Amino acid sequence: MTSWRSLSRTKIVWPLIALGALLLLNLFFTPHFFRLEIKQGHLYGNLIDILKNVAPIMLLSIGMTLVIATHGIDISVGSVVAVSAGAVAILIGGDLAGHPKYPIAVAMIAALLVCTAAGMWNGMLVSRVRMQPIIATLILFVAGRGIAMVFTNAMVIWLYAKPFAILGQGYVLGIPFSIYIVAFVLLLTFIFTRRTAVGMFIEAVGINPTAARFSGINAKNILFWVYTFSGLCAGISGLIVCSTVMSADGNNAGNLYELDAILAVVLGGTSLNGGKFYLFGSIVGALIIQTLTTSIYAIGIPADVSPVVKAFVVWAVCLMQSERFRTRIVRVFVRKGLSA
Amino acid sequence: MSRKLFASSRNLPILVTLGLFIVMFGLGSIAFPGFFSIQNFLNLFIDNSYLLILAVGMTFVIISGGIDLSVGSMLALSGMVSASLLEKAHMSPLFVIPIVLLMGTALGLFMGYLIQAFDLPPFIITLAGLYLARGLCYVVSLFTISVKNNFFQAAAHAQVNIIGTNFLSPGALIAIGVVLIGFFVSRYTKFGRTVYAIGGSEQSALLMGLPVARTKIATYALSGFCSALGGIVFTFYTLSGYGLNGKGMELDTIAAVVIGGTLLTGGVGNLFGTLLGVLVYGIIQVLIVFQGTLNSWWTRIVIGFLVFVFCVLQRLFEARKGATLGRNTAREPAKAAAGR
Repeated sequence: MTSWRSLSRTKIVWPLIALGALLLLNLFFTPHFFRLEIKQGHLYGNLIDILKNVAPIMLLSIGMTLVIATHGIDISVGSVVAVSAGAVAILIGGDLAGHPKYPIAVAMIAALLVCTAAGMWNGMLVSRVRMQPIIATLILFVAGRGIAMVFTNAMVIWLYAKPFAILGQGYVLGIPFSIYIVAFVLLLTFIFTRRTAVGMFIEAVGINPTAARFSGINAKNILFWVYTFSGLCAGISGLIVCSTVMSADGNNAGNLYELDAILAVVLGGTSLNGGKFYLFGSIVGALIIQTLTTSIYAIGIPADVSPVVKAFVVWAVCLMQSERFRTRIVRVFVRKGLSA
Repeated sequence: MSRKLFASSRNLPILVTLGLFIVMFGLGSIAFPGFFSIQNFLNLFIDNSYLLILAVGMTFVIISGGIDLSVGSMLALSGMVSASLLEKAHMSPLFVIPIVLLMGTALGLFMGYLIQAFDLPPFIITLAGLYLARGLCYVVSLFTISVKNNFFQAAAHAQVNIIGTNFLSPGALIAIGVVLIGFFVSRYTKFGRTVYAIGGSEQSALLMGLPVARTKIATYALSGFCSALGGIVFTFYTLSGYGLNGKGMELDTIAAVVIGGTLLTGGVGNLFGTLLGVLVYGIIQVLIVFQGTLNSWWTRIVIGFLVFVFCVLQRLFEARKGATLGRNTAREPAKAAAGR
């Protein structure tokens, strides 16, 4: 137990160092990056911006961490975000006076149910039909955006129901409300996976499903619920996305989010080959991605160009995780040391 | 007897796709006047020429057991670069086309090298390729560049009569040529057979002394070449370069390949199937256009559904094949062990 803890601690060190380095780099390029101001009762500044925008990716990455731990992948989350946004938007309705068509709570729960069902669909395909996770979730990736567009009739729906805006735009004690949601989901997930045996079961399924089955773990159900949970996380994420801009755009909501979420998990130290997972690592990974994006804006590089930077970060991180690359580097250094 | 059964079960998905295409074409012809014409059939090739070219490269990668997510943005980047070189640098197409093809091949080669040499997951590496190419599009230009070059204009408007006055566009002819060459390469060359062998079992291919590393890298280079060529053909089709072109096309391509009966686990697939997959994709769009009242987003839902149906079919075949061989399908424990 203690050895596991120390391992997880050493594992989270690297993403933290990366995040720290990134923040320091900002100090160099944009000295006022860390400035915080209080305006209208809440904090303003680049750091708060990062927190405000990171919540949807963090939520996705929590669900994605568990999926990846089972040696799976869920590429449908971006589309499910769009479905969630679309569902909640049509249920609240675009009434200009701000009177929701259905009570806001009902609309939110309904949207979450739809997304959980989407997750169950993925889970069923992976666990029962035994499809490869990429393909199983590819189906909803393709169809999900279509469903969202059919929901919203291919239009952008604008919302005016004020209370709904709290989710993505509200502040509590100067910190964005969405961060509390993330903290809540993270805490529950952490307790449920690390204070019970569930986390170990998930890792066992990821390392060797056959062995897990023989040791009495119901691998099928673990897979099923992991994908269901990922769908739910995507649903919550979609609500926040929708609330932040107070509109639902089936075409663009959650676009490329699945990639950011996967990237966050990988940056956080969870291997795509499944097995050991690091929830807090993924959270730091999400922070790294958002900090990168915000820094790119702060430096003044056009937003559209930022994927180039992201690409190189991904390649660099992958290379650092590759054993072959590390041994090769070590060999180069050893050789140099010998010749010098 | 058993061999015959095996052969037919391997070709069955393709026959199903062929049947599906004929049924859809038949239904369209009955339901809509003016649907049944040779030109309408040829239009499928014209309107999906670029998708067909991308799908050929993708088929090779998938048969080898990999995946290439960068094709959609590579298409956009090639279009962008050709438009910019033609219109801003006023270069001759004689130079532009080879430069663009070389660029695509080089990027594919680079990604293939990373994947092979450092044992990195193709999914993530090509995902970064997707980011990179998409970002580079905006480095070239943030706005649409329309192509006024005479050669490209001529290629866009040329009509090559095939049967009577029914015509194909040069782009479609190129696409058909690519499919034919691809079919020949996959069936009758050492490279093609090695690709199948690697997809069947990389370990066995290695032990057989096949050039696994070289071939794997080559499949990604080939896919890069195809996406660059697809980009040029797309520019013939739209006569403009724009950074948002081909958004999500990587997954349309994968969907078409899967519908064409290629297994995402590698080792099984056929370029004739891929051709049919693209045609089915095309005819769904045409049917929805002819139908008139349905939102065009239904295309995505139908495609998602078809991917679902085909994956379930494939699972059934696999299960049956596994049963006839007297063992359950061994689910990639070897791969998981190798990746660890």
